[in-house]
Amino acid sequence: MHIQLNGDHRELASQLTISELIDQLALTGRRIAVEVNEEIVPRSQHAETRLSPGDRVEIVHAIGGG
Amino acid sequence: MSAEQRQDIPLTVAGRVFSSRLLVGTGKYRDFDETAAAVEASGTELVTVAVRRTNLGQNPDEPNLLDAVPTSRYTILPNTAGCYTAKDAVRTCKLARELLDGHNLVKLEVLGDDGTLYPNVVETLKAAETLVNDGFDVMVYTSDDPIVAKELERIGCCAVMPLGSLIGSGHGLFNPATLEIILGNAEVPILVDAGIGTPSDAALAMEMGCAGVLINSAIANARHPVRMAHAMKLAVEAGREAYLAERMPRRASASPSSPFAGRINA
Repeated sequence: MHIQLNGDHRELASQLTISELIDQLALTGRRIAVEVNEEIVPRSQHAETRLSPGDRVEIVHAIGGG
Repeated sequence: MSAEQRQDIPLTVAGRVFSSRLLVGTGKYRDFDETAAAVEASGTELVTVAVRRTNLGQNPDEPNLLDAVPTSRYTILPNTAGCYTAKDAVRTCKLARELLDGHNLVKLEVLGDDGTLYPNVVETLKAAETLVNDGFDVMVYTSDDPIVAKELERIGCCAVMPLGSLIGSGHGLFNPATLEIILGNAEVPILVDAGIGTPSDAALAMEMGCAGVLINSAIANARHPVRMAHAMKLAVEAGREAYLAERMPRRASASPSSPFAGRINA
């Protein structure tokens, strides 16, 4: 299944949940925020939110800035 | 008896009280150790960060900015730097709020172009309205236009932050006269954001009555950032003290400090 992840195409073996995707990316426990199709997916809903083909996923974190 | 003094009310932004009037950014440092040391030396309590895509497939033990600048010690002010539309800025703020567990204080900046990084005030006004209605406490970067500053205040921004000069330019205060007008009209804290190059620039802004200054490049791009962070701390404090003390009037002619009476040649 194709999704767009941080602007790049990515092939997923199955319809993962957000939690599973985060786990695959070795980001579990990191301070991140997730948006799917321009809507925030709150942390509390990561485990139950399943991705669909074509979803545009953004995963962000804090970096240095002014 | 001394004259009536200006009251020193601590910097208060949307009900949050800060003992330091210096806000610092975390961009352009060599590494997080330097960031942490400079932030500490500045005495700040309010620290800006940017929100960016997480690099995927990298070292999972990669250090995290929020370990260097922990939320337990500092109030984090996520910015919308790099956004050129109201829509992107609003999205970024929502991501930041999720990232920081519901923390709703943000620094809104919507840029016009990447040559000047001048604010696009049309998009800034739109974004400010949306964000305020969505429950954000919005500190807003804007041009030094008194009418726009007042309009952002009317929309409900909790602090208005006109540029001193272009972001990262270090030119100081290009237009103190308009800043003076903005300060005279304001009912929310006015902070100079962008353009401060040296402690004297920061001190001048504070002497004029700004509630604070936000500094990144002038510290991070100094040859010795930690030392400069401390210099900025002192400058902001000195400028604030001078504002409260109220400077002497300027005179057209000299006025001797030593009395004429009792001179040996009298």
